[in-house]
Amino acid sequence: MEWETVIGIETHVQLSTQSKIFSGASTGFGAAPNAHACEVDLALPGVLPVLNKEAVDKALRFGIATQATINQRSIFARKNYFYPDLPKGYQISQLEIPIVEGGSLTFRVDGIEKTINLTRAHLEEDAGKSLHEDFLNMSGIDLNRAGTPLLEIVSEPEMRSSTEAVEYAKTLHALVRWIGICDGNMQEGNFRCDANVSVRRKGDNALGTRREIKNLNSFRFLQQAIEYEARWQIEQIEDGLPIVQATILFDSDSGETRLMRTKEDAHDYRYFPDPDLLPLVIDDDWLVTVRSSLPELPKSKAKRYQSELELNGPDVASLVSTLEAATYFESTLAEFDKKTTTAAAKLIANWMNGEIAASLNRTQKDFSECPVSPLMLSKLITRTLDHTLSTKLARLVFEELWAGAVSVDAIIKEQGFTQISDSVEIESYVDQVIAQNPQQVEDFRAGKNKALNSLVGQVMKLTKGKADPTQVNEILKAKLA
Amino acid sequence: MSLSKQDVKNAAALARIEITDQEVENALGPLKNVFTLIKEMEKLNTEEVEPMAHAQDISTRLRNDIVTERDQREALQANSPAIEKGLFLVPKVID
Amino acid sequence: MMLDKTVKELGDALRLKDFSSVELTQAFLDRSKSLNCEINAFITIDEEQSLAQARAADETLSKGKPTALTGIPIAHKDIWCAKNWITTCGSRMLENFRSPYDAHIIKRFNEYGAVIQGKTNMDEFAMGSSNETSWFGAVKNPWDLNRVPGGSSGGSAAAVAAGMTPASTGTDTGGSIRQPAALCGISGLKPTYGLVSRYGMIAFASSLDQGGPMAKSAEDLAILLEAMVGFDVKDSTSLQNKPVDYASAINESISGLKIGIPKEYFSDHIAPDIQKGIEQALQEYQRLGAILVDVDLPTSPLSVAAYYVIAPAEASSNLSRFDGVRYGYRAPEYDNLNDMYAKTRAQGFGAEVKRRILIGTYVLSHGYYDAYYIKAQKVRRLISQDFMRAFQACDLIMSPTTPSTAFKLGEKASDPVQMYLSDTFTIAANLAGLPAMSIPCGFDQMNLPIGLQLIGNYFDEAKMLAAAHQYQRATDWHLKKPPSTTV
Repeated sequence: MEWETVIGIETHVQLSTQSKIFSGASTGFGAAPNAHACEVDLALPGVLPVLNKEAVDKALRFGIATQATINQRSIFARKNYFYPDLPKGYQISQLEIPIVEGGSLTFRVDGIEKTINLTRAHLEEDAGKSLHEDFLNMSGIDLNRAGTPLLEIVSEPEMRSSTEAVEYAKTLHALVRWIGICDGNMQEGNFRCDANVSVRRKGDNALGTRREIKNLNSFRFLQQAIEYEARWQIEQIEDGLPIVQATILFDSDSGETRLMRTKEDAHDYRYFPDPDLLPLVIDDDWLVTVRSSLPELPKSKAKRYQSELELNGPDVASLVSTLEAATYFESTLAEFDKKTTTAAAKLIANWMNGEIAASLNRTQKDFSECPVSPLMLSKLITRTLDHTLSTKLARLVFEELWAGAVSVDAIIKEQGFTQISDSVEIESYVDQVIAQNPQQVEDFRAGKNKALNSLVGQVMKLTKGKADPTQVNEILKAKLA
Repeated sequence: MSLSKQDVKNAAALARIEITDQEVENALGPLKNVFTLIKEMEKLNTEEVEPMAHAQDISTRLRNDIVTERDQREALQANSPAIEKGLFLVPKVID
Repeated sequence: MMLDKTVKELGDALRLKDFSSVELTQAFLDRSKSLNCEINAFITIDEEQSLAQARAADETLSKGKPTALTGIPIAHKDIWCAKNWITTCGSRMLENFRSPYDAHIIKRFNEYGAVIQGKTNMDEFAMGSSNETSWFGAVKNPWDLNRVPGGSSGGSAAAVAAGMTPASTGTDTGGSIRQPAALCGISGLKPTYGLVSRYGMIAFASSLDQGGPMAKSAEDLAILLEAMVGFDVKDSTSLQNKPVDYASAINESISGLKIGIPKEYFSDHIAPDIQKGIEQALQEYQRLGAILVDVDLPTSPLSVAAYYVIAPAEASSNLSRFDGVRYGYRAPEYDNLNDMYAKTRAQGFGAEVKRRILIGTYVLSHGYYDAYYIKAQKVRRLISQDFMRAFQACDLIMSPTTPSTAFKLGEKASDPVQMYLSDTFTIAANLAGLPAMSIPCGFDQMNLPIGLQLIGNYFDEAKMLAAAHQYQRATDWHLKKPPSTTV
C-alpha cells in the first residue's frame, strides 16, 4: 500500500519592530525578566492597546511580496483563553478578516519547481514565557515577549513530504528576511512553525484526519517531527486504529511526538471583534509606498541573472537564497565594466558558491559579514582575468584576505605571487625537469600519457605554483615531441 | 431552547469561576429571566442589517514604532501576589 | 458657606483669596469624614495626598496662572486609576491595588491644578444600578437613607448631593452617570463616545464606557468637561476634535431649539409623578422659546435586551485579566493553576459580576455567537439609525432619565431583570455612542428627585449644556438640598 503525507504549515514570524505591537515597550531580546513588560503588556486595569504602524507595514510587505490580496479593511478580534503567559486573558489576533489573504510561495525540490498556495497571513501579539526550572512546584512568568508583533502565515495543505515542508519553510524564512520583516533568528524563536500532518492512501481525494505539531523552531526538527508523525499515523491506520484530531508536541531529545490535547478538550476561544481597536484601514497610497519600497524579489533576480548574465540554474538558486548573498553578488559585479560582466559573473558565482560559502559556513557568518568585501573579491577576480594569478594562487590570496589582509595587489607583491607567464622562463624550468626525470620522459614517449601529468606537476612544484599549468603542458608536449 | 444547569457549569468553567451545584441552582432562575429579556430581540427582523461593533464609524489610529516605555518593573510589581527574581510566580504550568 | 457653593463660585472665591485651597479641601474632607459612615460615598479618603495637592494649588493661586479648577477638590469614581491611590473598582479583587499610573483624565485634572479629594464608591466593576453590588457596601441616597443612590456612579452622585464634595467624576456604560444623578438630584453628563479618554478607566464594556462629570449645575459640568475631554494617544478610540469653549457656550440662547419627544420613552411604565415632572419641565422649555416635536425611536424598547448581550460579552473578556497572577486578589489556598484561577475569581468577584461574566461567556461561546452577539450588534445599529433619523427633525431629545425615582435598598436585589430595567431610558444613548445628560427637574410626592434626560447628536455637548443651563437659570430644582444634610 502506498501512502501519501499531506502537510500544511502555520508559521509565527516575529516582525522586527523596535516596540511592541500594542505598546511602547521594547522588543529587545535578552533583557532581565519583565523589564520590557510595561503597564499595557502586564494588562494592568484600565490600559488600552494602540496599534504599531510598522507592524502593519511589515505585514503589507509580506502580502505584496507573495502576490496576495491585501484586505484594505481588516478586523482585530480577541481570542479568549486563560494561561499565565497571556496577561489579558485574551490574545489580540485577527480571525474573520485578516490583513493578508491568498498569495503563494515557489521553490525547487530536486530540481522541480513547486508552488504552495497561502491561505492567509494575520497580525497578532505574542504571549510571554513560562519558566519551569528554577522553582519548586511553581512556574515563573516572564512577560518581556508578551505583545511582540507576530505575522501568522498559514499555508494550504499542499506539501507532500517532509522535504517539501522543509523547503517551504526555508523559502519562507529567506523571504521574510529578504523583505526585511523578520530577523529570522530561530534560536530566539523568531520563526516558529506548526505543522499540520495527515496521511492518506495514494490516489485518495479526501484528506485524512490531521494532527498539529506545535512550535518547531528548527528545520531539522520540522523534518524529523513530520517524518516521525507520518510513520506513526500510517502504523496506526494499518493497525486498524483511528487518528483523533489533536495538538501534539515534538520532543527533540527522543525524536517522538506526544499528545498535548485532543479536539474534545480544545478551547472555546469565544472570538469577537476587539472593542478597543477600530477596523484597520489601509489606503491606496500606503500600498503604493510599500510596493515601491520592496527590494527586487528573489524570483525576479533569478530570472534576470539567468537571462542577462548567462548563469545556470543551480548557481543562481544559491545567489538569490538570501538578500545578503544577492547584495554581495551585485556589489561585486558592479565593479566590472560591461565587457567583462558575463565572465566576471561566472567567476563571482564560483567564488561565492565555493570558497566563500565554505568559509562563511565554517565561521557561521552570512555574506553581509564576509571579511572579504565585494571590492576585494572584484580585485581578486580582476587579477585572475588578466592572468596575473592562477586559480591556485588566487586561492592563496583569498586566504590572506580572509585572514585580514586588505589589498590584493599588496599580497601579490609581498608574497611574490605573480604568475610566471614568460615562456622563456618556463622553458628553463621544463628543461630542468626533463633532465631530472629520464624515466618519466621515456614512459611518456612510450605512450603513457599519465607520465606527462607527473612532469607538469614537477614544473609547478619548481615554480611554487606560479606557472600557468596549461602553458607548462603545451611547452612540455612540444619539447618531448 | 432554554438555559440548562450544564450551560451554566460550562460557562463557569470557561470563565474560570468555581461554582458549586447549589450556586448553579440559585443562578439558573435569574439567568433564565435575563435570557427571556434578551430573547425579545428575536421578534425583530435584522436580516439585512450590518452588525455594529463600535460606537464610531472610523478606522483605527496607528502609532509610530518608537520605544516610549522604560523599565518600571519594581513599581509595576508592587501589587503582585508572588514575585521571585522579577518573575510572577504561579502554580506549576503543565503543557 | 463654602460647602454649598458651586465649582464656578468656589473657583472665583479661591482666586479672590476668600479662602485657600487647603482650607477648602480640609472643609470638604471633614464633612466627608463625618458623613461617610452614613452615606458610604467614599471608598478611599487620603487627607495627606489631597492636602499636598491643595498646598501646591495655593502656590499656583498666589504665584502662577490658575485655571478654573485650580484648588478645587474633586472626588473621582474609584474606577479611575490614580497614581499612588488605592483603586478598587468597588471589588474585593482590587481591594489593595495601589495604581502605579494615572488615568488620562486624572493627569488632566492634575494639570488643571484640581485636588483629588478621594475615590468614590461604586457598583463592583460598574455593574449595577443601585450601588448595592460594591464590595465596600451600599451607598445611601442623601434624600432618603433607606433608598439607593442609583449606580454605578452612586458614590459620586451621593457625595455631590450630600455636599461632601463640590463635584465628581463618573463613568456611564448604560446610564451609570445619568441614573444616579437623577436619583440624587444632581446634574451629570455622559459625553459622546471617544471624547473622554478611557485610558486608566477600568474597563467594563469598552465599546459603551464613557467617563463624564457630575456636579450641582450644568455650568459646573461645562467647567469639568473642558478638563476631561481631549485627544489621548493611548486610547485608540479617542477622537481628535477641536477644543470647544463649553463654559462660554452655555450662555447661547435656546430660542427656537427643537426638542424631540420620543413616544417610546413616555410609556405607562413611568411613575405618574415623573410623567408630571417631565411635562412641567417641557412646558418650561417652551416658555424659554423651545419647540417640541414628536420623534420615533422604534427600536429603543429593545435596547436593554441588546445591551445585556453586548455589555456582558465585552465584560467577560475585559475581566479575564483578573486572574491572581500579576496583581490583585489571589485565593489563599488552591490545588493547582486552574484551581487558583477558579477560586481567585470565585472569591474575588461578587455575585452580579459573576452573573454578567457567565452571561457574556455564554453568548460568545460556540454555537450561540450569531444568535446572541451578532443579533445584538444588528439591533444596536438599528437603534443608532433611529437616532440619526430623529436628529433630522430635532436638535435635542428629551425624556425622563429613569422610570421611577430612588427605590429602596434591597428592593430590586433579588431579580436582576427589574434592576436592569431601571436603565431602560439611558442605555440607547450608550449603544449609539451619543452624548446624554440628566438634570434635576422636580420631586415626587416623597420628596425624591426626578431627572430630565437630554440626548444630543454626536459632539453636541455645548448645545446640551446650554439647554440645561438656560433651564437652571429659570428654575431652582438643582439648588435644592436633601433634608438629611441640611439639618
